[in-house]
Amino acid sequence: MIEVHKLSKYFGERAAIREISFSIAQGEVVGFLGLNGAGKTTTLRILGCLLLPTSGTVRVDGLEVAENPYEIRRRIGFLPDTPPLYPEMTVGAYLTFAARLRQVPGRDAAARVAEAEEKTALSDMHREVIGELSHGYRQRVGVAQAIVHKPALLILDEPSAGLDPAQIIEMRNLLHGLRGEHTVLISSHFLTEISQTCDRLLVIQAGELVGQGSEDELASAMGQGGIIEAEVRGQPAGIAERLAQLSGVTRAHRRSTSEAATVFEITTSADIRPEVARMLVAAGCDLLRLEKSTSRLESIFMTLTHQPSGDRPSGERQ
Amino acid sequence: MTAVWLIARRELGAYLRTMSGYVIAAAVLFVNGILFNAFALGSQHDRLSTEVLSQFFYFSSGTTMIASVFLSMRLLAEERQTGTMVLLASSPVREREIVLGKFASSLIFLALMTLAGSFMPLLILVNGKLSVGHVAAGYLGLLLLGSAALAIGTLGSALARSQVLAAIISGGMVVGMVIVWLLGSVTERPLNEIFLALALWGRHFPPFQAGIIHLRDVVYYLAVSYAALFISIRVLEARRWR
Repeated sequence: MIEVHKLSKYFGERAAIREISFSIAQGEVVGFLGLNGAGKTTTLRILGCLLLPTSGTVRVDGLEVAENPYEIRRRIGFLPDTPPLYPEMTVGAYLTFAARLRQVPGRDAAARVAEAEEKTALSDMHREVIGELSHGYRQRVGVAQAIVHKPALLILDEPSAGLDPAQIIEMRNLLHGLRGEHTVLISSHFLTEISQTCDRLLVIQAGELVGQGSEDELASAMGQGGIIEAEVRGQPAGIAERLAQLSGVTRAHRRSTSEAATVFEITTSADIRPEVARMLVAAGCDLLRLEKSTSRLESIFMTLTHQPSGDRPSGERQ
Repeated sequence: MTAVWLIARRELGAYLRTMSGYVIAAAVLFVNGILFNAFALGSQHDRLSTEVLSQFFYFSSGTTMIASVFLSMRLLAEERQTGTMVLLASSPVREREIVLGKFASSLIFLALMTLAGSFMPLLILVNGKLSVGHVAAGYLGLLLLGSAALAIGTLGSALARSQVLAAIISGGMVVGMVIVWLLGSVTERPLNEIFLALALWGRHFPPFQAGIIHLRDVVYYLAVSYAALFISIRVLEARRWR
């Protein structure tokens, strides 16, 4: 679907992206992860035929962006970081306009608009004026305009930006619903968001691609297995030492202790939750909780982008 | 062609759904009404109908040019300012379709606005006679002058990042093209002929005002519109990729 080879974009002397190459297959949901200013938006704008690359080749559906922008634009739905909404229009009129601009025949437009509104839970808002909608609704109208013509490729630049936690969950469900119908490229700096929605991640830092693959692939490529958290009742002694002796465990330590329970953090090269469970039960512990730590992706991200993991950008995790 | 019509229709809707269109139309009608009452009708009661009509078209041409600058300033600059240009830029729409659609909407709005003031020449019927040919020629002149000014305004709007800047650039270009006529009156042949031929108002509008249609003048206004729109399209094409 997308073939990017040695793509660079310079704004004057400054390189926004430098020689990045990747490919995305039909039907994949790919997350584009990077800090602000890393080059995510520039790359997406090039794929959306809004910017010309300085050098390198970019093919969408076998078509070169510099040569066939018109043809490519027929196949994509694009949501920029600020949704391109006309505040004076109603949701229905706006979506009809977007559909007609993307060459949906007039007789199909109403049905397509209704479908897009249903997918984005906007059916009740059909007659509302966009300027009077809340931020969350506007963001959904932005997604609706990108999917209204059923594009083969959907490019969403930070669809969750500025949403509250409840809206983020709604947006995640919405993005899940789009899976299968489109090839989707989502950029985000919401780490948990992107790991739950995407099949594969592309990590970009200072204009260069510093890692790509699934969460597991990225982790193993960096010699970093998962972190497993185990919570047991009470304060049993000597458990951390016994956990550390299990095969595949690189480190195990007692992370927190309260009167009622103790949490162990186990760093492993593979997912050995069953072994951990058997060992803890055999040791006579009451196992309360056992799970893969969600902070793994964040630590991968921070390692790739050379940020000390204690120094998390505030507000970027729910 | 569908895209041109889609964009024109949406844009026309924006004129009618927001205050700006009404404010401009109301201001123009108000000023035209005062001028009509004070100057065209005047205090003398022995004026000829053609004189009144000619006066009406004379000052209408001024308000039309000013209105055109204000009507066209938002066309492209506003889309860039608010980021909605991305919707058009990421759609399979060509630059010329965007520019033509925007220009068409402003021309239609200007025509509606001018038509709303048509009660003024009709008032002449109360005490005089009206030449249909004269009225038609005058309105054709206003429409052609308006089209040229709107096209220049579209160019200003394509160049500027904000609406205010667009109005200043377009206003400057329109005023500049009008006062080229002054240069024509102080220079000698053959330079003065060139200046006079280029001027937006001086030589080309008065015939319409008097009820005379010269092909030369029609071609001039169409050529100015075409040139300004052509440059706007080029500006947009260059912008799109940056």
